[in-house]
Amino acid sequence: MELSAKARAEIDKWLTKYPPDQKQSALLPALHIMQDEIGYLPREAMDAVADHLGIPHIAVYEAATFYSMYHLHPVGKHKISLCTNVSCMLRGCDKIEKHLKQRLGINFGETTADGKFYLEEVECLAACRNAPMMQIDRTYHEDLTPEKVDKILDSLT
Amino acid sequence: MIDIEIDGKKLQAKEGEMIIQVADEAGIVIPRYCYHKKLSIAANCRMCLVQVEKVPKPLPACATQVTPGMKVFTQSPVALAAQRAVMEFLLINHPLDCPICDQGGQCELQDLAVGFGNDTSFYHDGKRAVEDKDIGPLISTCMTRCIHCTRCVRFGEEVAGLRELGATGRGEHMEIGTYIEKSLRSEVAGNIIDLCPVGALLSKPFLFRGRAWELDSHESIAAHDCLGSNIYIHTRRNQVMRVVPQENESINETWLSDRDRFSYLGITQATDRITQPMIRQQGKLQAVSWQQALTHAVKGLQQVCSQHGAEAIGALTAPTCTTEEAYLLQKVMRGIGSHNIDHRLRQTDFSDQAYDPFHPGINFDLAALEKFDRMLLVGYNIHREQPLAGLRVRKAALNGAKIAAVSLLEHQYNFPLAEHKVVASNELIPLLAGIAKVLVNAQGEVSAQEQALLKAIDINAQHQELAALLQSGEHRCIVLGALALHHPQAAIIRSLTQLIARLANANYGCFTDGPNTAGAHIAGALPHRMASGAKVEKPGLTWQQMLAKPMKALLLMNVEPEHDVANSPAAMAAVQQAEQVIALTPYLTGALAEHADVVLPITPFAENMGTYVNVEGRWQSFRAAVLPQGDSRPAWKVLRVLGNLFELNGFGFESAPEVLAELREHLQQSDSDKQGQWYCPQTLDQHSDNLERVTECSIYAVDNVVRRSRPLQDSLTTTSS
Ligand code: SF4
Ligand code: FES
Ligand code: FES
Repeated sequence: MELSAKARAEIDKWLTKYPPDQKQSALLPALHIMQDEIGYLPREAMDAVADHLGIPHIAVYEAATFYSMYHLHPVGKHKISLCTNVSCMLRGCDKIEKHLKQRLGINFGETTADGKFYLEEVECLAACRNAPMMQIDRTYHEDLTPEKVDKILDSLT
Repeated sequence: MIDIEIDGKKLQAKEGEMIIQVADEAGIVIPRYCYHKKLSIAANCRMCLVQVEKVPKPLPACATQVTPGMKVFTQSPVALAAQRAVMEFLLINHPLDCPICDQGGQCELQDLAVGFGNDTSFYHDGKRAVEDKDIGPLISTCMTRCIHCTRCVRFGEEVAGLRELGATGRGEHMEIGTYIEKSLRSEVAGNIIDLCPVGALLSKPFLFRGRAWELDSHESIAAHDCLGSNIYIHTRRNQVMRVVPQENESINETWLSDRDRFSYLGITQATDRITQPMIRQQGKLQAVSWQQALTHAVKGLQQVCSQHGAEAIGALTAPTCTTEEAYLLQKVMRGIGSHNIDHRLRQTDFSDQAYDPFHPGINFDLAALEKFDRMLLVGYNIHREQPLAGLRVRKAALNGAKIAAVSLLEHQYNFPLAEHKVVASNELIPLLAGIAKVLVNAQGEVSAQEQALLKAIDINAQHQELAALLQSGEHRCIVLGALALHHPQAAIIRSLTQLIARLANANYGCFTDGPNTAGAHIAGALPHRMASGAKVEKPGLTWQQMLAKPMKALLLMNVEPEHDVANSPAAMAAVQQAEQVIALTPYLTGALAEHADVVLPITPFAENMGTYVNVEGRWQSFRAAVLPQGDSRPAWKVLRVLGNLFELNGFGFESAPEVLAELREHLQQSDSDKQGQWYCPQTLDQHSDNLERVTECSIYAVDNVVRRSRPLQDSLTTTSS
């Protein structure tokens, strides 16, 4: 697989921030760039990144499998990350969890049949003050109630 | 030097050393898994925790530098408690399946659990299980046993220079593997079997074949490249079970190439091994006694001798023969009256043979390979020809050496190259001549002969770049590999590279074929030189001339006409045409089965004793690890009897060391020139502009034993995609 011109340009921008012999420093942003473009990280994308950065393929696999925010398999269009850590738990995230699972008809780690939503459980996202909370794609949604969740999901295309 | 104390013992340590290194030096045992003296320090297993005075918590001995006055306790209650706790943690996820694990009895985890662990564990929950990986036909995996010391990963990254294994996942989910299913490509991958402290990485061919405590260990010398790596051959009930490295810092360090490690399977699993002498009767090979076979051979040769003269007999052997065998072969041949004897079967240009040094090789120590800061590799596929030399050069490269490679094919190098030039076969000589000319111009100090030789050469930028590399740095060397030495105009290549080395004040070396090219030279298995380099007034024929002529009788020792000669069609034709073909061979190939008149079964390396002289000129003798299979005999014994049957003088040897002693005596008396002279070619013109075939001998096709090792052959096919 070849990197798209856009991905290459973005990765190269990151590369300017590091010394030329430390290209692997740009690995994490490069993987995010690929994931944003493709939706997940197929092996070919990881290999392309490795070749572009001049590092062994396995070094990319190691990083991609280490971090939970990289997806190695296709996921839904929108990624819902529900916090179930202590503060959110005390503030009733189990109700939100039940509601989400019911409405979407999926469990944690699954994607809806129409491919629109992917649901996952995450640890504290540092928004305890307004618990319970979830993150959808790059946006935080706080002080959740089932009604609020419905509204948010309805608004997404 | 600083003073420290370990367990009350006063010790001297170098600044910057780790506690574990000082302890190892002093013979104080500190348990460890992840630490290995040849690998970087990872400090991830924590097994080496020790107590240090005035430090509240135990410290990892492998990652704690010594400081003046430091007092270390490896046996204090704090240290012991820490070691015990670590052991307990490590065993949480370990299956404890020692009864069905090949590592049992040679396992660091088992040993340390006994020595430093608890007898019970508080852990009662389920253990994790990890899927096994298929990483090729040489190494078997049982990843549930892995304790994540990462030795195997660091070996690939740091030593082999080919990072194929890694640690994927995190925490409980961390696994060692390749992530995608693939066979390891590295030609030294087998070393991770030794490195793995547990039974996660094991030898696949040895799997479930035996227990460590049933094996007898025999010191020996590896028989497949010119380094002469030191090995142990492990045997059980007169069967070779496996081969492992024997540490020798000046040759193979702690490593072994896969070829040397797994070649023994070519002995134990070969399907065409012969163990009975045979002669051709009514067109068919029939098993006979040694007596019959030998008399038949002698009669046949005598007949040829009386009809066509002794010059109609030729002898070919491969550089896998021992020095003793080479010596006896030439002694028999010269006894009958023929100088037609050769072992340089993959070389094709002998125009400079009169100028050869005593034996080809390198004029520096193998260990020095890692000290050079400028290197030029000519036609040298280093990782495939002498894998362990590649590891040394890699160390030099990582230390900042600038290395240039010039070859006829694109080779893969596991270290960074400053220059990598791939040229056509007929461009190599102009390229080298150009480099020489740049150096000549810079120095000016050359003979008229040399000047005339280089007169017509035009210098270009490429020449200048490569010459500049050799003009800088402190320790320079230029080394030649198979593609240079087997080149149809190898003589000119040797001449030019020697000139370059002299002008650049660089060390020089030729990495030769097989384990014993040097020994065969010294022994005189050559048409133009006798034992210890004595000149032959009227040289016999080289192998090429013998095949071209062709010979009326051919004596083949460890030579398979199909595979061991650069020009195999010519070799096949020659055996077909010869009236008498006497083959000393452990295996019966198609050509030999069809054309040999007498087949004398000899023994491959583990069943043989003798001496190899490595590329440095180091003599290393070894003894047989197992008895010969069936009726086969070591070739030196067969040659001794042949000598006697020919009624030649001086074949009363009782043992191989006596043969060697006679050669050494020759050596002491000889005054022949050991250095060799510089050969000045008439011209640098190429023979032709025709297309030339450039072929390499594949890494696992170099000799008759390696070719029969199924796992090695399979490892080539599984990694070729
Ligand atoms: S496989 Fe063996 S060498 Fe590799 S990390 Fe696991 S225990 Fe260590
Ligand atoms: S616990 Fe949910 S955001 Fe911190
Ligand atoms: S040997 Fe020291 S931490 Fe592993």
